[in-house]
Amino acid sequence: MNILSLFPAIPLLMMLGLWVSRNTRQIHAVMVTGASLLLGLAIALVAIYLGMRADGQTAEMLLTDSFSWYKPLNIEYSVGVDGISVAMILLSAIIVFTGTFASWKMETDVKEFFLWFCLLSVGVFGFFISVDLFTMFMFYEVALIPMYLLIGVWGTGRKEYSAMKLTLMLMGGSALILIGILGIYFGAGATTMDITEIAALHNIPENMQRIWFPVIFIGFGVLGALFPFHTWSPDGHASAPTAVSMLHAGVLMKLGGYGCFRIAMYLLPEAAQELSWIFIILTTISVVYGAFSACVQTDLKYINAYSSVSHCGLVLFAILMMNTTAATGAVLQMLSHGLMTALFFALIGMIYGRTHTRDIRELSGLMKIMPFLSVCYVIAGLANLGLPGLSGFVAEMTIFNGAFMVDDTFHRVVTVIACTSIVITAVYILRLIGKILYGTCENPAHLKLTDATWDERLAVIVLIVAVAGLGLFPLWMSDMISESVLPVISNILN
Amino acid sequence: MDYSSIFSYMYTEIALVGVAIAVLLYDLLAGERGRKFFHCFTCILMLLFIAGTVVPYHQGTGEVFGGMYVYSPVAGIVKSILAIGTLIVFLQADSWLRREDTTFKRGEFYVLTLSTLLGMDFMISSGHFMMFFIGLELASVPMACLVAFDKYRHNSAEAGAKYILSALFASGLMLYGISFLYGTTGTLYFEDMAPALDGNALQILAMAFFFTGLGFKISLVPFHLWTADTYEGAPTTVTSYLSVVSKAAAAFALMVVLVKVFAQMVEYWQLMLYIVIVLSITVANLFAIRQKNLKRFLAFSSISQAGYIMLAVISGTPYGMTSLIFYVLVYMVANLAAFGVISAVEQNSDGKVCMDDYNGLYRTNPKLTVIMTLALFSLAGIPPFAGFFSKFFIFAAAFEQGFHVLVFIALINTVISLYYYLLVVKAMFITPNDSPVANFRSDNSTRLSLILCLAGIIVLGLASCIFDGINLYSFGM
Repeated sequence: MNILSLFPAIPLLMMLGLWVSRNTRQIHAVMVTGASLLLGLAIALVAIYLGMRADGQTAEMLLTDSFSWYKPLNIEYSVGVDGISVAMILLSAIIVFTGTFASWKMETDVKEFFLWFCLLSVGVFGFFISVDLFTMFMFYEVALIPMYLLIGVWGTGRKEYSAMKLTLMLMGGSALILIGILGIYFGAGATTMDITEIAALHNIPENMQRIWFPVIFIGFGVLGALFPFHTWSPDGHASAPTAVSMLHAGVLMKLGGYGCFRIAMYLLPEAAQELSWIFIILTTISVVYGAFSACVQTDLKYINAYSSVSHCGLVLFAILMMNTTAATGAVLQMLSHGLMTALFFALIGMIYGRTHTRDIRELSGLMKIMPFLSVCYVIAGLANLGLPGLSGFVAEMTIFNGAFMVDDTFHRVVTVIACTSIVITAVYILRLIGKILYGTCENPAHLKLTDATWDERLAVIVLIVAVAGLGLFPLWMSDMISESVLPVISNILN
Repeated sequence: MDYSSIFSYMYTEIALVGVAIAVLLYDLLAGERGRKFFHCFTCILMLLFIAGTVVPYHQGTGEVFGGMYVYSPVAGIVKSILAIGTLIVFLQADSWLRREDTTFKRGEFYVLTLSTLLGMDFMISSGHFMMFFIGLELASVPMACLVAFDKYRHNSAEAGAKYILSALFASGLMLYGISFLYGTTGTLYFEDMAPALDGNALQILAMAFFFTGLGFKISLVPFHLWTADTYEGAPTTVTSYLSVVSKAAAAFALMVVLVKVFAQMVEYWQLMLYIVIVLSITVANLFAIRQKNLKRFLAFSSISQAGYIMLAVISGTPYGMTSLIFYVLVYMVANLAAFGVISAVEQNSDGKVCMDDYNGLYRTNPKLTVIMTLALFSLAGIPPFAGFFSKFFIFAAAFEQGFHVLVFIALINTVISLYYYLLVVKAMFITPNDSPVANFRSDNSTRLSLILCLAGIIVLGLASCIFDGINLYSFGM
């Protein structure tokens, strides 16, 4: 068995383990073993991948493997990774690991919660390892549906409304993806579902591409929080329990960007070039609108959710610039945003677990009460506004660098507009930090609160190490990514 | 006349008649002690019947009675699917049949069900319109008795009357259409009629009438008006039989006749189906959202599922045929699982079938809730459950023939359908309830049927061998 198939297989085994476990201790044991195994395996995968590249293997996808599944439609279970998917798998593994610890204190229906959580991970990992359109789409949907129950049962606030809205909007997106996949499959002559093979055939007629490109791009764009299809995201993230917000904002939203890049842009290059301007405008709106919306929110989770809309908009913005630098920046941004938004949601969850409010008007002076969490919150905020040395800087720098390389007026103008989001981000982050962390604590009940426990510290430290690691040593990652975005970009430009 | 060919090709029907007679005799002759094993006896007999006929014996087609009856391996596959569905329904029927007011007529239940099954078997294997019509009637008339089986319950009797009246009307229209066909072509044999059709106005009318008759059985919009009332009034077990087995047989028969007989008039029936599909899926979905009674709810869900099945029919390709049969199989296990849970809850809680009664069911009956949830997910087409695969395949079948807009409409509707399926899931998992349905242990027979359905929901999609097996035998235009 291929090492890649282990990634969806381990969460499946974890589900089996959870099913037979009887008390919280056993459940935690299963989760920690599985999540650590996944994290270890992901790190091993990075090493193996880099080793294979160093050995001079130049194939687009490495570690490939495939079994024929449904012959009449040429559906195969085929797996393979390039630099982008390796980076995404590493991100997912880190977030599953930290998400497990962030939900350590879960009390109601622990077993069911982790069962759905694992099913979600099966979908996420399966999506990133697949190179077959059908298998990829299947895993995509596997990752979506557990969200409904995770938010609906374990969420807070208007959870039923948010869960239904999120599920229906994302499923609407996936309906678009499904028809787009059929369009690509039959448009390319109905001989293969393999992404690299379809790209190599390069035979989808242009008039069909013009139909299917917007369909697929919007389909994945819904999950990537593309304006005006982003409205599920603030409600969904605000209502979801901590670990689910982490996994959803951290990893699931990246499925959207990854899908746009790997399927819409890669397989329909002519239409991508022709129609990219529409989506560039929409993503620019996402970027700026998300940042402005974050400025006026008073709920910690809403602030972070709108900030996610802004940052994920930047991912889509960058891939539409169609050059290697910007695309590398897009993948770096996916990584960076995934890590720091997970960190944010973890911290918000921990603060909310103590203060039972997320309203910034009711919080102040937390720095003295819970110094560890507050310092981490500052670090997360600084990463979010792009402080050099942390991951956000590397990603945004690369994106804007790449975007500015496209030298026509339209691209220059939108790049400048999108750049303003950096300033707006600084506004809402600094306002937030000043408001809730500093000053004097006005609520006497908050004075008795305690700082982070060991499980919380572990989750937060792992994420901070990753954020700082990516910020301080970006080159190994960006090299790995840039050589993998090259085939896609060259497919578009030729 | 060569009698050996009758036995060689009609083995399914002959065996089924044997089973029906054996059950009838057992009912007559078994004493007080023997009747305890009646259920067991019937199920084992059905199991043997399925085991004997599940794989087609002949690879090619064959004719009996001068072409009145046509054997084809693909029809054999469909017959075994119908028989499996019937067995599952029998398993679920046990607790209902043991009730005091029905226990004395359980023999009738088995025999009537088996005779409808026999009618469907003849219908899908017919090569002549008279044979087809007789098969259809043999499937309809006992069905009306089954619907009115709880005859002292007002609802059931009313549902039976509604069913028989609409069924007779639909049959009358169909017969009228068949008479037009005979008038214009001079034959009732499928094979002779196909080349004689040229698509004149009378033949189009005839085809529309014929389609109405089957559309009623499949309960497509606008022939669906009987569905919700009948489903609600009929005993739950009968409803589940009506919603899967009867529908599956009619859908397959429709595809065979359209492809075989009306091949010359393909653009007419494709247009007709196009309209009917859009209507069925959309109207049924919109009505389903408002339903509070789960049986009515599943009635509308099954109307929209019928619309999806028609997507495979409209393609008219061998691949479409495969995906039709696969869809029907997957739909059958999922729907039977949902009805099995409803029936179990109804039997154990003094007839609770409303969605509000299911609030908080997860707290008291987690296993049933999970089965219901997976069944609904499968109906909604959520992976990794079988419904996802079957939906993908029928979409691919219709898409391949260029029905892009139609597939798009159907896909938008899957989102709407997901909404109302999730409403049930929400009721069971999320909505709190002070007095949920008490915990109960359903009888072994129901449990067995639910396990079978659950296995089907999970395995049918992931194991491609079943789809490949069906694909070996299918045919098209």
